[in-house]
Amino acid sequence: MKRHNNIPLITLRKMLRTMFTIRRFEEKIIQLYPQQEMKTPVHLYLGQEAIAAGVCLNLEKKDYIFSNHRNHGHCIAKGMDLKIIMAELYGKQTGCSRGKGGSMHLVDIKNGIMGTSAIVGAAMPIAIGAALASQMKNDKRVSVVFFGDGAVDEGAFHESLNFAALKRLPAIFICENNFYATNSPLLARQPADNIFQRAKPYLIKGLRVDGNDIIKVYKSAKDAIESARRGNGPALIEYRTYRYKQHVGTRYDHEVGYRPKEELDTWIKNCPIKRFKNFLLKNNLISLDEIERIQACIDREIEEAVVFAKNSRFPGKDELLEDVY
Amino acid sequence: MSWEKVYTEKSDFEKACKAAGKKLRGLTYREAIREALLLTMKRDNSVFIMGEGVDDSSGIFGTTTGLNRIFGSDRVFDTPIAENTMTGIALGAAISGMKPIIVHMRMDFLLLAMDQIVNHISKWSYMFGGKLKAPLVIRSIIGRGWGSAGQHSQSLQALFLHIPGLKVVMPATPYDAKGLLIASIEDKAPVIFIEHRLLYEHIGYVPKNRYSVPIGKGAIRKVGRDVTVVGISHMAFESLKAAEILKKEGFDIEVIDIRSIKPLDDELIFKSVKKTGRLVIADTGWITGGVAAEISARVAGSVFKYLKAPVLRVCCPDCPTPASPVLEKNFYPGAREIASAVKKICKR
Repeated sequence: MKRHNNIPLITLRKMLRTMFTIRRFEEKIIQLYPQQEMKTPVHLYLGQEAIAAGVCLNLEKKDYIFSNHRNHGHCIAKGMDLKIIMAELYGKQTGCSRGKGGSMHLVDIKNGIMGTSAIVGAAMPIAIGAALASQMKNDKRVSVVFFGDGAVDEGAFHESLNFAALKRLPAIFICENNFYATNSPLLARQPADNIFQRAKPYLIKGLRVDGNDIIKVYKSAKDAIESARRGNGPALIEYRTYRYKQHVGTRYDHEVGYRPKEELDTWIKNCPIKRFKNFLLKNNLISLDEIERIQACIDREIEEAVVFAKNSRFPGKDELLEDVY
Repeated sequence: MSWEKVYTEKSDFEKACKAAGKKLRGLTYREAIREALLLTMKRDNSVFIMGEGVDDSSGIFGTTTGLNRIFGSDRVFDTPIAENTMTGIALGAAISGMKPIIVHMRMDFLLLAMDQIVNHISKWSYMFGGKLKAPLVIRSIIGRGWGSAGQHSQSLQALFLHIPGLKVVMPATPYDAKGLLIASIEDKAPVIFIEHRLLYEHIGYVPKNRYSVPIGKGAIRKVGRDVTVVGISHMAFESLKAAEILKKEGFDIEVIDIRSIKPLDDELIFKSVKKTGRLVIADTGWITGGVAAEISARVAGSVFKYLKAPVLRVCCPDCPTPASPVLEKNFYPGAREIASAVKKICKR
């Protein structure tokens, strides 16, 4: 089998495909949002795609992921059907949460997506609870939780690291450090830019990795996940990255004034997809034709998801009081 | 002798059994809870207990004593003092196929876990279109007296009554403590199970077998015709004491032990109010925005025309719990206050 840097070619292509899917899916949201048929607040993942793709490609279907308000990328990378995500964004009955969750609350049990929370930091306890269940049942599943640098401000982060370390749970803490919690810069909230070092007092592995380099993301996550699966306990990985768009919504926000245009431009130059595409081309691991074919295929899939969502029915009024228990 | 009858002294229970010519097994409320845990854990490997101090020798007022030795430290374990995260862990375990029981020794500590309870546990079914279920039990303990003051005394059931997606049960007898705990563990919804410290020593008939008491069903503890008194948790017991006082003065009250406050057994209350035309509600919590207020509103909304007098609430006044015994005495209502509320709306 053809390999590069010990990664099978098929995996490298999956990386590209997954990142493309996330990017194109959200670009489609941006395109359709002004129609105002998608009535749900969207927290776009543009710019951070390498993390979801690089981490999730190491996971088995049965493994759990837990995510936050910026969840589209994680769910797509874990294998969720675009149709049921799109339908959920459109508030349709065929959406993954039957129109009761919206963008921030996606679920797909068969792919191990056990519900995403829009309360900062709050998915960590739930994730390690799932890891505790795996440990009790010895079912060899790993729980991965994605959160931002803002979540590191929360007590739940520290409490969760503490318990996961105490019980050596198969839980991986993935911090996507995009340097802003809504509009608050990291150093206005934390005494130092050292998230990965928070692992140290809990005696677990803490790493800092370039989150826009999917190969590095993939390899670091692979080590951590394999180690956790073998029963060696949790790890904290800080991936440094950047979100292109505003905290919530489809626009750029540099004109608001909390982060400079030059900063955005620098990060856009550092686009994880562009970087990886160039890398594959340079190493003759893919051709431009193949890239185009992949993109066309993804775009078709996204278009089908839109048609599915738009054509699906809304939940009936009688469904309002269903599912409370 | 019916199982509803509860005694504060073991000797009284034994005397009553003898008088009735029956040999019944008496168990205290605390023993009943322990038995429910024991029987359920024996039967179902997915049930486990965690909480601060669940495996120490005092065993949460004796309700978990020795269970760690029987089931091992994987299934009965102490936790860090991290209420919110531990409660979230219970949710994570519940959606992953386990049936966790998390114990918060005092209800005041539940306030630290409100994010997980209100934003997560209560919504994990609805927010995901019913695809996930969170079958977990949060055991929490309320009490009164002994200078516990503001942060070790609160009866906060009304906070949970307000939240869709939760069930809230408050057993008042040993029989119900066992049966409702078994039902709570088996329920696919998250249940807040609220125990009252003053009830732990109460003794009553508790069958040996595994049985459950349906959540959302109240019980009539004493049939009467003049006034309906709805008692919640320990106040159900105080209501029965009030019935004794009132009997001597010629008042015949009907006492309902509501047992669950969410779902609430409206029908039982309505039926009784239709008969008596008068209602007093006695709760262990504060008066404003409390369970009694909710019951009053439901009665006013559905059976108003049967009411012959204003509905009165016997609850704690709107101040934090004081420490001094003198102040405490005036803070906590009991049988006397229930009796005077009854007399006030009966005006003969």
